[in-house]
Amino acid sequence: MRLKGGRWVSPLLLLLAWELGSRTGVIPERILAAPSAVAETFWAMTVSGELPSNLAVSLARALAGLAFGLVIGVGLGLVSGLSRAGEAAIDPLMQIKRTIPVLALTPLFIVWFGIGETPKITLIAVATVFPIYLNLFSGVRGVDARLIEAGKSFGLSQGELIRHVILPGALPSFLVGLRYALGVSLLVLVVAEQINASAGLGHLINNARDFMRTDIIVVCLVVYASLGLGADLLVRAIEARALAWRPSFIRS
Amino acid sequence: MASPLARPAQAWQLSEAGPAVRVRNFTRRFGDVTVLEDLNLEIAQGEFVALLGRSGSGKTTLLRTLAGIDAAPGHEVLTPDARAVVFQDARLLPWKRVWRNVALGLKGADIRARAEAALTEVGLDHRLDAWPATLSGGEAQRVSLARGLVHDPGLLLLDEPFAALDALTRLRMHDLVLSLWQRHAPAVLLVTHDVDEAVALADRVLVLDHGRIAAEERITLPRPRANDAAFQEIRGRLLNHLGVDAGHRKPAQEAELLAFPSGEIVS
Repeated sequence: MRLKGGRWVSPLLLLLAWELGSRTGVIPERILAAPSAVAETFWAMTVSGELPSNLAVSLARALAGLAFGLVIGVGLGLVSGLSRAGEAAIDPLMQIKRTIPVLALTPLFIVWFGIGETPKITLIAVATVFPIYLNLFSGVRGVDARLIEAGKSFGLSQGELIRHVILPGALPSFLVGLRYALGVSLLVLVVAEQINASAGLGHLINNARDFMRTDIIVVCLVVYASLGLGADLLVRAIEARALAWRPSFIRS
Repeated sequence: MASPLARPAQAWQLSEAGPAVRVRNFTRRFGDVTVLEDLNLEIAQGEFVALLGRSGSGKTTLLRTLAGIDAAPGHEVLTPDARAVVFQDARLLPWKRVWRNVALGLKGADIRARAEAALTEVGLDHRLDAWPATLSGGEAQRVSLARGLVHDPGLLLLDEPFAALDALTRLRMHDLVLSLWQRHAPAVLLVTHDVDEAVALADRVLVLDHGRIAAEERITLPRPRANDAAFQEIRGRLLNHLGVDAGHRKPAQEAELLAFPSGEIVS
């Protein structure tokens, strides 16, 4: 039997135990602030504008990196997916690139780009290129050959085939890549922001660490988590619109 | 509709123009396997030809060549420029609504109106904006027919288009195809392994075996064709050409025999 809203019970119990632990002194504030204290801090930081302004800085970084990653990933994925020569030229390089953990490039990027915004955005861009590239590539290659054949039999030109058959056919796979890239961009954002940031969520966390403000750290963690959640909702919304033709989305 | 509604069914015999399809000495090999060998075929304008054969007899290869899906370099393969294929699986683009599927590849003005007219002809004017995933098998095949017709083809290629449909839907589709053919007068090549279907629809039935046309049967029975003695006689002859003894088997078994080229009956 399924309890309605039953999935909320255990998280709420955990929160309650945490609050009780903090109140009774079992969990010292320097280890972890109480949920109520975190909520208070969250409110105060929101009202003062400290949280929104730093969030905007972080979001801009993630979006800028993602935008570069998206453009490059889509470009490479299309060239590689649509032509054998393109695949031969691009795919080996992408596979080599994949073996290097992106975060390991951080020191090199600091040497190249200093400690400003450039290395942070570059890291995010480099990290998001691959999931976009790979999913678009396999999406293009995975388009049902029978549909391409049917398109050809109705006299579609190469360009029309790409526009009407191949790109829409690759879209579901591309959106999987986009969802993954959004997640990766946030993950890399967290690390990239540790590079001497003077603004942004990472900057807030670094300062809080120095003053042992666990409440602020938890606030930032919650914000990171809700960014991830928001990214997921965004892609779901895009999917529901762009993939309305899929049986799972059709309500008749 | 500009074309006359009541076209005499034997008009192709009277036509002064050349044939719609001409294939001369056509040979096709895949590796060591010869699929079609030294094949000659002519289809008159407006003629309805059915092509029978076991699985692997080369009938789909021939259809794909005539459709221009497979190239035939160095061979004489003449077909009209306007060709349309209806595949066994309807092959509609799932991300385009029904009318856009029909409009695929259309150029010029009034694309929607032309698609609508074609869909009205196959009785689907109420499903214009439906997604293909919501169609039944018969509806999908009717969309596929509309998509072919909208190009006003001189040659309509049907690749076992009714094989996946239930018996009742199949009979309705036969009627529909006949009425569309009589109205638009394309040459038709119907690939099938259903002997009854071939006899019910075609002006001429060809039996393809080992890459050659092994037999040919001209059918002059008036349409619609009843399953009478004359029908049975033609059917029996065709089954003999296919290597099946018609006297001792029921139609269902024949269908299976054709589907399994080894000749074993699976029951």
